[in-house]
Amino acid sequence: MQRRSFLKQLTVSVSLAVAGMGATLAQAQETIKVGVLHSLSGTMAISETVLKDVALMAIDEINAKGGVLGKKLEPVVVDPASNWPLFAEKARQLISKDKVAVTFGCWTSVSRKSVLPVFEELNSLLFYPVQYEGEELSKNVYYTGAAPNQQAIPAVEYLMSKEGGGAKRWVLLGTDYVYPRTTNKILRAFLKSKGVDDKDIDEKYTPFGHSDYQTIVADIKKFAQGGKTAVVSTINGDSNVPFYKELGNAGLKAKDVPVVAFSVGEEELRGVDTKPLVGHLAAWNYFMSVKNPTNDEFKKKWAAYAKAKKLPGADKPLTNDPMEATYIGVHMWAQAAAKAKSIETDKIIPAINGQTFKAPSGLTATMDAKNHHLHKPVLIGEVKADGQFNVVWKTKGPIKAQPWSPFIAGNDKKKDEPEKK
Amino acid sequence: MRVVLRLFLQCVLCLAALSAQAVSPDLLQKLAYGEADDKLAALALIVAGADESAIPLLQALADDSVQASPDTREKKIILIVKDGKGVDAVTGKAVEPLSEGLEDVVINNRVRKEITTAIAALKLASPDKAVRLAAARELQSNAEESMLPALARAVAKESDPDIKNLLALTQASIQLSTGDKPARMAAISALAASNNPSTKTLLIGLLAKKGNEFVEPDADIRAAAQRSLDTVQSKLSTGERFGQAFTGISLGSILLLAALGLAITYGLMGVINMAHGELIMVGAYSTYLVQNFFKANLSGAFDWYLLAAVPVSFAVAALVGMLLERGVIRFLYGRPLETLLATWGISLMLIQACRSIFGAQNVQVENPVWMSGGVEVMAGIILPYNRIVIIVFALFVLFMVWVMLTRTRLGLFVRAVTQNRGMAACVGVPTKRIDTVAFGLGSGIAGLAGCALSQIGNVGPDLGQSYIVDSFMVVVLGGVGQLAGTVYAAMGLGIANKFLEGVAGAVLAKICILVFIIIFIQKRPQGIFALKGRFADN
Repeated sequence: MQRRSFLKQLTVSVSLAVAGMGATLAQAQETIKVGVLHSLSGTMAISETVLKDVALMAIDEINAKGGVLGKKLEPVVVDPASNWPLFAEKARQLISKDKVAVTFGCWTSVSRKSVLPVFEELNSLLFYPVQYEGEELSKNVYYTGAAPNQQAIPAVEYLMSKEGGGAKRWVLLGTDYVYPRTTNKILRAFLKSKGVDDKDIDEKYTPFGHSDYQTIVADIKKFAQGGKTAVVSTINGDSNVPFYKELGNAGLKAKDVPVVAFSVGEEELRGVDTKPLVGHLAAWNYFMSVKNPTNDEFKKKWAAYAKAKKLPGADKPLTNDPMEATYIGVHMWAQAAAKAKSIETDKIIPAINGQTFKAPSGLTATMDAKNHHLHKPVLIGEVKADGQFNVVWKTKGPIKAQPWSPFIAGNDKKKDEPEKK
Repeated sequence: MRVVLRLFLQCVLCLAALSAQAVSPDLLQKLAYGEADDKLAALALIVAGADESAIPLLQALADDSVQASPDTREKKIILIVKDGKGVDAVTGKAVEPLSEGLEDVVINNRVRKEITTAIAALKLASPDKAVRLAAARELQSNAEESMLPALARAVAKESDPDIKNLLALTQASIQLSTGDKPARMAAISALAASNNPSTKTLLIGLLAKKGNEFVEPDADIRAAAQRSLDTVQSKLSTGERFGQAFTGISLGSILLLAALGLAITYGLMGVINMAHGELIMVGAYSTYLVQNFFKANLSGAFDWYLLAAVPVSFAVAALVGMLLERGVIRFLYGRPLETLLATWGISLMLIQACRSIFGAQNVQVENPVWMSGGVEVMAGIILPYNRIVIIVFALFVLFMVWVMLTRTRLGLFVRAVTQNRGMAACVGVPTKRIDTVAFGLGSGIAGLAGCALSQIGNVGPDLGQSYIVDSFMVVVLGGVGQLAGTVYAAMGLGIANKFLEGVAGAVLAKICILVFIIIFIQKRPQGIFALKGRFADN
């Protein structure tokens, strides 16, 4: 196994060098390069591949309107292959060799943590489009996904409410890495503040790519005998497919034990028989089923783009929350570049802060003036038989992100803006 | 005369419309437009009315197939929509075409739960025994106080003893929290006969503490509840142990399938085949292609694509295996290190080829309908069909391999060549051809494993990598050159892994198993079963 990964890295570094040479040749043309850093293979490809495609679509859109500062955008796509150290390597290549002005990428928090020092050292910008655990605020990153108070906490509150079934016991089930561990730490503190005992919380982790969920589902059933139970799933990547298959086959119904997921959207449920899963929940800031003219247009554009590029799954084009967040991110950056009349990191940051964009979720997304996070509405949806979501609960308006969760000790002293200027 | 006839006809039509109108328009409005609380109130009224004709509407609500015009419109339309055809929920008339701008009536889990309970309560009056039994089962976990009168009626009318028992238990579980002390004590003792997990939840509720105080003040009731809880608990834990054993056997059967091919190529022939996992992957992708072929050309028989996929995945993987053997491995017999490196290189090539042809993303292999869902063997223990099918399939493959190796001429040759090549060649066995066929057979079985694995896991280019280590583990632990050892090792590892997973979690269980194997191999390098005689001494 060791040797295998060594060889993989060898081939990668060779291809790095080749790509680097190609990049210097292309430098002569008058374009602005932007990086796209998403896993196109490995366990996270199920989620990240479409983010690459939607970023390319947004770039095409901007180019069709004349580009940024009179120059066309030129996307540079790399594949870090669900391999966390490779993310850092690829990020360095994008910034140092390809000289990209900005990078759109990452899904898992472990990949973001891996590239963060690179972006800070080389003072470049990353737009990170996925909900995450918070506890981070970097001058070089814009977080267009949800912080815990924009997703995890409202979801758990909903399940505690009468409408959500009044859950008393909780299974916190996740993939074993930083995002689920931190989110569950926050949730545990939150549940305790609501009077839930430790014995009523069961935390479980599985490795990336885990595919046998028999024991876990049996354990959930047993745990649920002790009182009304809800499951909070932070399983990431392709493990979700066997997990939901097992849930359906084992007859764990949403009306008895609802499962709310934070990393499962329309795309992950593609290829799962969703009929036995009706009623299980997901919390996001956008669902494909949201009805408004901006979303209709977004869906139409995506369907046309997927068809034109012959993307896999173009016969049933799906949009989801991280795609929306990616789309918002690319457009916000372009608008900010036009406003700042520059693409340099330090000049563009003040223009991104406070930037607005009419988002497909139906509200105008606003970038906070200080804390690099979007103000977003929170939606909770139930899975329908066709794999779409019915919105059963939503906030009245956008919620401001709290990257430093008040449920983690010591966070009250932290500033709501990046330390470094 | 004509006028009278017309009047009469109108009356008949009117009556017909009335009888089609299952639920009064007022309740219907509440169901379609009300908040969750209004919906629940309407449901309670429907159940109290014991109106069986409401079942289709409720079922449609539960299936998300009721649509209504937006609340702001003056003329409110509520339709039951199925396959693009609408039926007016008030008049029962077909509506064509569907009006514009209809919206789905959205229900949440809370309402959905009440709807299923309401349907079950209404179905108790059904003349069909099976329907009543299913309804009684459904009610067991979700019945509520408001249903007591309906339940009492049903118990009184019920002729079937099984259903009557079930209903009586349900009645008891509701009366648990209401009524006077003797009634409650009787209810608690009656519940000891239940084997439903929700009973345990109820009884635990009686024993719960709030702060330092018991929620239930009466000590007699608590004692009775504890007794009943112990009885129910012991019944449930029998079920749980059975479920655990099943998951262990299921994992064991998967390990067995993955390792069986390797037991031939590595175990019998001694080829350290690092590309074994990729042969599994080839089998899984063959299944995917067969599925696509059925979807495009034989969509009527789609549910049976797996039957066609079994021979195809065997043939494709066997072909790849034989090419491998002819092209590379036959030059490397007796040189394990070179074989290892060469087959490993081939595995990388196969993965990359697969990426280039099918893309790096996972492909979707759908379960046929008959493999979705499961059979409930006892309350709370559901055995999924796909797992059962795979266990049976593994046994079938094992049987075929055993027959092939011990009962056929080819098997005899394979054993002869692997035990003493020189002697076999002397008596006229075409050793080279036997090598190719045996390797093809091992590869084909790997392909069968891929076909089975496509039904429970993800199919992607990396599929094989997650099974290669497990496969070697099973073969090495079982003892090289032994089919029986492979079976014991696969089942043992499967059950041990699942047992440890229940205790220590998935990550730790895997570590424990690896540590155990390392220690075991240190003590007994030949595995569980060792060959005796001259071959073993080589």
